[in-house]
Amino acid sequence: MPHKVGIVATGQTKHTAKRTDINMRELITEAVTRALDDAGLRMSDIDAVMLGNMEPFEGFMLPELWSVEGWGGLGKPAMKFNTGGTVGTSTAIAAYYFAASGIYDTILAVSFEKQSEGHTQTAITTVGDPLWERTMMAGAIGNFAVMASTYVHESGVTEEHAAKIAVKSRRNACNNEYAHLQMPNLTVEEVLASPYLAYPVRRLDFCPQSDGACALVLATEAKAKKLAPQPAWIKAVATAHEQQYMGDSPRRLAEMRSQRAASQRVYKACGISDPVRDLDVAEIYEVATYAELAMYENLGFCAPGQSGKLIDQGVTTMSGQLPVNPSGGVLATNCIGATAMIRVAEAALQIMGKAGKRQVPGAKLALATGYGGNAWTDALILGRE
Amino acid sequence: MSEKSKNPAGGKKEEGLRVPWLLSVEYEYAAGHFATRFFQELRDNGRIWGVRCPGCQRVYIPPRPICGICAGKTGEWVEVSDEGVIVGCTVVNVPFIDPMTGEQRPVPYGFAIIRLDGASTALYHFLEETDPKKLGVGKRVKAVFRPERKGTLLDIKHFRLLD
Repeated sequence: MPHKVGIVATGQTKHTAKRTDINMRELITEAVTRALDDAGLRMSDIDAVMLGNMEPFEGFMLPELWSVEGWGGLGKPAMKFNTGGTVGTSTAIAAYYFAASGIYDTILAVSFEKQSEGHTQTAITTVGDPLWERTMMAGAIGNFAVMASTYVHESGVTEEHAAKIAVKSRRNACNNEYAHLQMPNLTVEEVLASPYLAYPVRRLDFCPQSDGACALVLATEAKAKKLAPQPAWIKAVATAHEQQYMGDSPRRLAEMRSQRAASQRVYKACGISDPVRDLDVAEIYEVATYAELAMYENLGFCAPGQSGKLIDQGVTTMSGQLPVNPSGGVLATNCIGATAMIRVAEAALQIMGKAGKRQVPGAKLALATGYGGNAWTDALILGRE
Repeated sequence: MSEKSKNPAGGKKEEGLRVPWLLSVEYEYAAGHFATRFFQELRDNGRIWGVRCPGCQRVYIPPRPICGICAGKTGEWVEVSDEGVIVGCTVVNVPFIDPMTGEQRPVPYGFAIIRLDGASTALYHFLEETDPKKLGVGKRVKAVFRPERKGTLLDIKHFRLLD
């Protein structure tokens, strides 16, 4: 049986387009210091460190070497993870595995991205196979737009549905002191007036590029109870991967085999049969408005073709039955390596009752997901018990 | 001591120094047996071939040695059509650096995921059409081959709408 493991502390930087005042190591240090302060710990109390980053964005072969004094890794047991959009959840899940296995008691998980320092879209294009896909891809945007067009065709969601998601995210972000894009007055009309980056995806349908870091402290049961009045207990974790080529699952976004597999696995482990009823809050990795709509289906929040209705009825807004991304989500903040871990940190804050103005009252069970382009999906369930 | 002499940046708060660095690297990838045969056929005969999985009967393009679903060997080569159906499409307006050339790719350009008749999986390729109103999932397209072919996917110039 795995040991019971809880998240006892979190730390985030104020995410923004460009942190030109500090370097990568200093960015990491900000998040790590905040997480350690939150737990009342020093680096010497940490048994092991898990680090996540997408190094092609910054152009460092071993960013962990360059930043080791930022993440406190000198001489400690440590590993680094690079799984695309899921870096942050993979890193958190790895930390969970090490604690749940009983190998270490107190683990620091750290993830970061300083997108302003490199060429994000060019780096993302290298995800594609050079013989078959790279020539046509246009970073995350073009590749995503192709998938979105299939989903729009199959589901019947409209541009207005997508725009409502954009408004929900950027307004929710105003309650999150760490969020990058905070747009309190954004309207559906403004979203619909923003230009197409790649049809059907408009500028305000897509996530920003952010600089930011995130850190978590995880601990086994006895330690966790000492370190936090209410740890966010990790109830279940799952990771799943797709086939190699973008066209192997032509329904990609409409179907998302990896996300269906990962979410069904964590639901089953927690006895969740109706996620909208059983979960109190979800922090999901939605790179674009259409992705959030598709994920409502793939995460079982609604029946096929009903995602537009879900946002029309306000089910996923702050006052709805299942608030999705009270933090503003990826549409408000995308520091890629850190983004999925931010989902876990925000879900943990909700469970710990420390989410401030974005708190979902009485949240007891939360879902956090990571989504790595066409490859990985991760899912975690956090709870009060 | 004046304020200026204490602070080399001139006494007022400056943004942190930024240091530019340019990476220019060439890579060369081995195509492997299956892609080599596919691209030879495309170059020499203007024909498009996939491979069938004997387990699930899927015809894979790109051709590959293993079916991920059956976790078994593929092997039988099957010719597929140069016509197919759009399963996803876009017109890209956002300028970005093309990692194949290091140059900014001209926009707008149409690109789609296309399932050729006879194939089970779909292929990325360019579309001739750049008006999103004329494109759509389910529309039929046909490959336009280049007269001079080099053995790459760009031996197909783009796909043209049939309807």
